[in-house]
Formats: sequence, structure tokens, C-alpha cells
Amino acid sequence: MLVAVLSGFGLSLAAPWAVRVGRLRGWLFALLPLLLTLYFLSFTPAVMTGEAITASYNWVPSLGIQLSFYLDGLSWLFALLVSGTGIFIFIYAGAYMADEPLIGRFYAYILIFMASMLGLVLADNLLTLFIFWELTSFSSYLLIGFKHKDEAARKAALQALLITSGGGLALMAGLILLGLAGNSFEISALVAGECLTEHPFYVPTLLLILAGAFTKSAQVPFHFWLPGAMTAPSPVSAYLHSATMVKAGIYLLARFTPILGGTALWHLLLPAVGGLTMLVGAYLSLRQVDLKRILAYSTISSLGALVFLLGLDIPLAAQAAIVFLIVHSMYKGALFLIAGILEHETGTRDVTALGGLARIMPLVALAAGFAALSMAGIPPFFGFVSKELLYETTLGLQDNAILFTTLAVIANMMMVAVAVLVFVRPFTGQLVETPQQPHAVPLGLWLGPLALGLGSLAAGLVLAQVGAILIAPAVSAVVARPTAVKLALWHGVNPMLILSILTVLGGLVVYRYRHSYRRISNRLDMGRQWGPAKWYEFGLEAMLSLGRLQTRVLQHGYLRIYLLTINLVFFVLVGLTLVTKHDFAGQLPSTDLRVHEAVIAAIIAVAMIVVLFARSRLAAVVSLGVVGYGIALIFVFFGAPDLAMTQFAIETLTVILMVLILYRLPPFATFSSRGQRIRDAVIALSVGALITTLVLVSTTVTQPTLLTSYFAENSVPAAKGRNIVNVILVDFRGLDTLGEITVLGIAALGVYALLRLRTPSQRKVDLTATVETELVAEQDKSKEVEAM
Amino acid sequence: MKPAEKDNTIPSLILLTATRYLVPVLLLFSLFLLTRGHNEPGGGFVGGLVAGAAFALYGIAHTVHDARRLLRFPPRVLIGIGLLVAVGSGLFSLFYRRPFMTGIWSVVEVPVIGKVGTPGIFDIGVFITVLGMVLQIVFELMEE
Amino acid sequence: MTIVLAFLVGGLYAGGLYMMMRRSIVKLIMGLILLSYATTLLIFTVGGLTRAAPPIVPAGVSEPPVPFADPVPQALILTAIVISFGVLAFAVVLIEQTHRSVGTDDSNNLRGIEGEL
Repeated sequence: MLVAVLSGFGLSLAAPWAVRVGRLRGWLFALLPLLLTLYFLSFTPAVMTGEAITASYNWVPSLGIQLSFYLDGLSWLFALLVSGTGIFIFIYAGAYMADEPLIGRFYAYILIFMASMLGLVLADNLLTLFIFWELTSFSSYLLIGFKHKDEAARKAALQALLITSGGGLALMAGLILLGLAGNSFEISALVAGECLTEHPFYVPTLLLILAGAFTKSAQVPFHFWLPGAMTAPSPVSAYLHSATMVKAGIYLLARFTPILGGTALWHLLLPAVGGLTMLVGAYLSLRQVDLKRILAYSTISSLGALVFLLGLDIPLAAQAAIVFLIVHSMYKGALFLIAGILEHETGTRDVTALGGLARIMPLVALAAGFAALSMAGIPPFFGFVSKELLYETTLGLQDNAILFTTLAVIANMMMVAVAVLVFVRPFTGQLVETPQQPHAVPLGLWLGPLALGLGSLAAGLVLAQVGAILIAPAVSAVVARPTAVKLALWHGVNPMLILSILTVLGGLVVYRYRHSYRRISNRLDMGRQWGPAKWYEFGLEAMLSLGRLQTRVLQHGYLRIYLLTINLVFFVLVGLTLVTKHDFAGQLPSTDLRVHEAVIAAIIAVAMIVVLFARSRLAAVVSLGVVGYGIALIFVFFGAPDLAMTQFAIETLTVILMVLILYRLPPFATFSSRGQRIRDAVIALSVGALITTLVLVSTTVTQPTLLTSYFAENSVPAAKGRNIVNVILVDFRGLDTLGEITVLGIAALGVYALLRLRTPSQRKVDLTATVETELVAEQDKSKEVEAM
Repeated sequence: MKPAEKDNTIPSLILLTATRYLVPVLLLFSLFLLTRGHNEPGGGFVGGLVAGAAFALYGIAHTVHDARRLLRFPPRVLIGIGLLVAVGSGLFSLFYRRPFMTGIWSVVEVPVIGKVGTPGIFDIGVFITVLGMVLQIVFELMEE
Repeated sequence: MTIVLAFLVGGLYAGGLYMMMRRSIVKLIMGLILLSYATTLLIFTVGGLTRAAPPIVPAGVSEPPVPFADPVPQALILTAIVISFGVLAFAVVLIEQTHRSVGTDDSNNLRGIEGEL
């Protein structure tokens, strides 16, 4: 199973080369989802008996993180959805983006997405789930911004990323709380474990996880990123933003229903948010004229309906949700692909500018017709079954049955109107002149939508099998007990059928009066001025201004003032802590001092003073060398031969370095006034005094560490080395040393780059000129700072 | 590579003579420090520094161009080689299904050096990296 | 000796910081070197001074004879010394190049250009 999940990542690496095969590349890439679909289908018998397949790999054993997968009815259904739609999307993209130069990159991204989505729905470990969850957000960002030269696309991509990954952070906190509360990070163990709804962590856990799910699945008020994401190429909209990724939030809710569901809070929040989203999405959808935006808002509405259903307190709700999930993925995926075909062929997505296309592209029109009929809920299409189930669920509720049913009917009426709109406008009537001359559509383009459209019809015809094979195992996983599912088209004349008929008629009426609807809703428009999209923009802008302001205040560019500030803060904070928290009762270290040591210390001190007051650079460098060699001698006296040798060698090299570079540097200059020097000296001396105190204080409490004795005991037996310092460096803490020598390499390469990438003389002149003008402008400011 | 500028000052005869004997001795000493480092004072860091100092000395006495020829590899390549050796020594343990950088030791003893193990190879990597770093900096500055 | 070293470390810190707060970039380098000496010595002193034997296990024994010098601060310092050399080289070359292309050695004039945040 690990191979199945990771194969997409593997192929993604090869994608930039694999696209070289030419026109057939779409079919080639589609082989992977095809193989995956077959692989998942091979689990059908096991899944139907309610068996769960698990696979676990050690990932970070020291942190208890497992790369564990779990395949039950729900995961299986989603995995099939991801890989199954993937087949058609991949074929379609090959034809849709035939002339795209960056097609390799596109396939790489979308393969990453497919693999992450599979990982997400198959993950058993909460942290594994989270990582794949973030990977889907990340690949969605790359795909929305695929047309990276378009500013709108970049902006939309960033918006989607900020919102979904903001939710992702909440989700991570929620998952960790969940793992702590349930004492396990495996979902399967949490489902089987004790009830968590009474746990003190329950409310924060639920709220955080819902925040993750709602942002991902575009629930109000986070819905606005989804219409923005329509800047992505159409296959992406069809795949990520209708069929799979936006359903990740739904998957999460369904997956956690047995763990977190069933409480009053759950039954309050989900229907409220979902219901609101369902209405808002439907309301906004009908106002649009851009085909993809119409579909995007209707997707929001459908996602709302799914959340709404999952929150209802009735066993049938899970069944209605799962059925609607499949129905929606099929028809909405098809419609998005068709929108892409229309744009590709005619050059516009404006429904009011299209018409009569059925004559030119009959097969596409057929597919669109099927999808629209399923969306409108006309028998014998699968959509009809789903709508009946929805009404049966809301009518069966204990409380609020009338309210929720009315909500559902209103939202569905609008969906019917949308379905009519997206089929009737572009395909029927007079052929309208479009920016591009449409011609016959190639096989690669129409195959996907037609297959999905036919699927909507076929599923309606073989209901019993669909119910038993696809739906029942998933529903059983959601309600956490075996559940039989019986689906049928004809239940006789009952309230659901009457409501269905009413919905279709109402939808037709809405469609008939859509112009006045658009006019009135435009007059009532508040969303554009006060909607959440505005809050988002305002928040982003405020954050950036705060950042700029802070940078301007703190990063003023005077190195000395930075140092001054750091030193003062250090002195005040550490000094205060020392005075208030420490009692100076400890024993001072021994005053045992030998003559040669005292001499060395005196030499170092004198040399340092020479450095401070030297007038020539050479004197300063020589004195610095004296300080360094003096320190090396201290190492010799106090049992550190390794250090002494290294210090000697480094000191020699430092002197060579300084001599090489010294005469290229300007001579010592004094820029500061006497007052400033005294101020700096006072601060430097205070910090020095504080450090002396700190050293004295800390040596009074020094005791041998556990580390020391561990290294001393294990150096010879475990690491076979008698020089403990060296053993620490190359063995016990080898990884640190590796990092350190990497830093050395980078520093050396930095020197190389600085010397080789010298500014040419021409640029040098320019730069000097700029700096000089800058200087004039800065002079006033510098005076202010110097006055400090 | 920029060709080294011919120094127009005559190098001191004493320095020239001294380097002829000092450089090989220093290089030998650096290897000595490296090999015995695991058991006595020494090791890759100090060994690399001493070797670097030897080449730098040669460069001062003769020309940087000659020193580069003596070294054969460009110093920045040495940095890369050193890092690769260090990382590679850590990868060894993966073949034994142990975490990255677990020390693996040979069973038989090699004369003079004693048992050979991956920490020793790691130290060689440190040696090469440090040598490369020192010479990268010193040569570049000398050529200026 | 610990007391003497404590004062020496404090003095080196004071001297290094004072030099770094000068506007002359050459003095800044000198300050940087002093500061790295100070830090080396600080770790060494705080790690506990002992005139005892270096942390090396004699042949044939499995543990060093007590008392021995603490190897942990020594390992820390050893890499710190070498790294500070690399960083110093980088800083020196950086400052030299800046001086060459900008033509000033007053750090007050080395500020970024407004708007290039």
C-alpha cells in the first residue's frame, strides 16, 4: 500500500521527461491512476465483508510516528474516487494542454496532488494524515498558480494557500489534542477506544478540527477562496476543486464522526454552517455569468449540503451524504471539464455569450445533458436518488424537520436552475458568434465528461449493486457499525417524490426569472463590500503594513546602535534576574593561583589593552595574536591539549589572513566624539562586569554533568577511542560536527563568491554615486542618531 | 582560474630552503595527527589546519600557482569531497539497518592504525573539508 | 585561577564590545576577534578548570583515571575555534569588499537604501 501511495510522487519526479512522448502523454500518465484503480478494486471483496486492511511502516520510531495506512469502506470509496476520476482528468489534461510548454511541470504537480490525496484518505496515523493534508494544500497552491505570469492567478493561489494552511494549523493542533485525549495517534485505535465526547479536551479539539475541515471544504465564511481558485486550468478545477480536494474536509468529518460526533455541539455546528453555506453558495451561484464561477459557487453549495447532512442527528444522514458525495463528484467533475472544453474551443466562459453549440459538439452536449439531468435530480439519474434521500433524511428529523426541509428544497431549486442554465444556454438555441471559431472536439477532451455523465446514468440504473458495493461499506465506516443500504428509484408516491417534483418545477420558475433575480440580488449586494473576502484582504494588508512599520523602526541600519541595544537589553534583563533570583551565598572558587598562570593572564590583559588603544593596524594584529597564543597556553595548563593545538594552528592562520588583507583595509579612524566613546565604554564595561559575575556565580554551582560521565564511561567500550574529545566530535556528536564542517564549507565558498563576483568598475562608479547622494539625504538622520 | 601573478619580489632564500624541508614534515605531521586522533590528542580538525598551513607556507615561499599545482585539486572541490566522505561514512550504517551515523567497526585490526571504523572515515572527511576551507580562503586572498 | 580568568573573560568581552561599537569597520573586525576569544575562554572557564590530566583514557583501561578534565566543553570549543576562523575570514572579506565598492569605512554610511527592505 505504501507503494500505491508513493507511486504518484515517484512518477512526479519523472514527469518532466515523460511528457516528451508527445501527443499521447495524457494516456500514458492515465495508466498510473488506472493501475491504482484496479489495485483498489481488488480489495472489493474484503471491503464488502467489512474487513479493514492495514499497513504500517516505521517512520520516526523515536517520536512514535508511524506511516500507517488503513483501508476500510470510507477510505476505499475515496481512494477509488481519487484514482478513478484521475484517469479521465489525466487523459483530458493531455488534450486540453496540448500546446502548453510547461506541461511536464503540470503533470508533476497534479501527480503530487493525487498521491497526497490518496495518502490523506488512507492514513491511519493522525500525523501522517496531517502531512498529506498539508501536501494537498501545497499542490493545490502550485496548480492554482500554474499560470504564474497572471497576477490574478498568483493572488488566488496565495489566498487559497493562506486560508487552507491556516485551517491546517488549527487542524494540527486539533489532531494533537485528539491524540493526547485518546491516548493514541492511530485513527483505528481511537474509533475502537473509549468515548472522548466527555473529555475536557473535547470542545477545543472539535473546534480546531472543524476549522481545518471548514477551510478546506470552503464553508462560509471561508468559502471565497474557491471561486478565486478558478484561475487554475480546467482539469485542476474539475479534479481538485470539485471532485476530490475540497472533499477532504468532508472526508475528515465523516472519518471523525464515530470519534467526535453525536454530541449536541456537533449537531448544532455542522447543520448551521453547512446549511448556511448551502444557501449562500446557491444564492451566489445563480448570479454569476462566468461558467466556471457558476460551477464553483454551486460546488460550495454542495459542500455545504454535505456538511449539513453529516451533522444531522439521524442514521440515514450518513447514507444520504455518501450517496450525494459520489453523485456530486461525477456530475460536477463532468461539468467542469465541459466548461474547460467550451473555453478551449470558443475562447470565452461567459454563458450569456454562448449558444447553439450542440450542433458542433454533439457528444459534449450529450455529456453536459447527462450531468445536468443528474444535477437537477431527474429520474433515472443518480442525482434523483440522492435528492430523495436528502429529503427523506430531513423529513425524518425529530426537531426542525420543517425548517431543514425547506432549506434543502430552496437550495435544490436553485441547483436545478443552475443545471438548466449551464446546459441550455451554451448548447441550445441559435449558434452565437464567439471569439474563437469552435470545431470538432478531440477524443481526449470529450471522453472524460462523457464517461462521468454516463456514470451518473448507469449508477441510477444499477442502484442495488451500487448501494451494496460502494455505499454500504462507507456508511458502515461512518456510523461505525455494519449497515445495509437499499437504494431504489421508485418508492411509490410519497412526500419525497412530491418534494422532488416541486423542486424541479420551482427550479424551472427560478430559471425563467433569472434576469430579475440577478437584478434584485445585485441591488441587495453586500457581499462585495462587507463579505469575508474583504476581511481577508484587509487582514493581509494590515499584517504587511505592520511588518513594514516594524522593519522601519527596528531595522534602522546603524550597526552600532543594534549592538548598543542588544548589550543594554542583555545587561538589564540578565542583571535584574541575577540580582532578584540568585542568592550570592555560594562558595567562591579557590584562589589557588600559580605564577606562570598569572603571568600568562597578565600578558593577555596587556595585549588586549594594546589592541584597544593601538594607533596602527599592525600593532593591533600582533597584539591580537598574542592574546590568541596566550589562550592556547591556558589550554595547555588546564588539560586540553587538543584545544591548544587547534588554537595554535588557527592563530597562525588568522595572522596569515590578517596580514594578507590588512593593507587593503583603511587605517584606523576615529569617527565618534569623546562623549560617545565614554558612553560606549561604560556600556561595554558594564556588560563585561556582568559576565565576570556570571562566570563567578556559575562556577560556584558547577557540578559534573551526567554527560561527562556517560562519555567517559562509553568512550572506549562503545566507540573504541581513547581520546574522549575526538570521540565526541566524530562519533557521539558526529551529526553536529557534520553540520559544523558544512558551515565551514559555506563560509569558504562565501569568501570565494565575494572575491570573484566583484562588481565591475563601471558598476562601482554608479554604486558610489548612489551612495553619495544617499549620504547627503541621510546626514540629518545620522546627526539625530549620533545625538543619542 | 585566474593565472597567478608573478611575484616581483624575490622570495627569501632562507624561507625557500626552510619550506623545502618544512612542508613535507608538516604534511606528514598532519597525517600523523589525523590517524592518531582517535586515541591521542589530534584529529581531523587540527590535522586539516596543519596541512592547510603547510600548503599556505609553500604558497608564500613560492607562488600560489605552484601551491595549487602541488595540491592538484581546487580547494573548493576538496570541500565537496570532504563533505561527501563525511556523509558517506554516516551512510554505511544504513546497510546494517542502524540509524544514520552509527559507528561501524571492522572486525580485524589493521597494523599501526588499529581497528578501522566509520568514525575514522568521518574524521578523514573533516580533515579534507577543513583543508579545503583554509586553502580556499588563503589562496584566494593571496591571488588578489 | 578561575577568578583571574573570570575577570579576563569580562575584560575581553568589554574590549570586544567596545571595539565593535566603533564606527570604523576595521575596529569592528578587531572587536569580533576579541569577542570570539572571550567566548572560547568563557566556555572553558565555566566548564570547570582543572589542572588534571587531559580527557584521554590510558591504553588498556576502559575509563580515564579520576580526576580528568571535562571533555564536553572541550569538544564544543574545538569546533567553535575552527568555525570562528571561517566566519572571521568571511566577515573580513565582506568588509574589505564593501569598503572597496562603497569607498567608506564608516559603518554609519553602510545603511541599506530606503525602500529596499
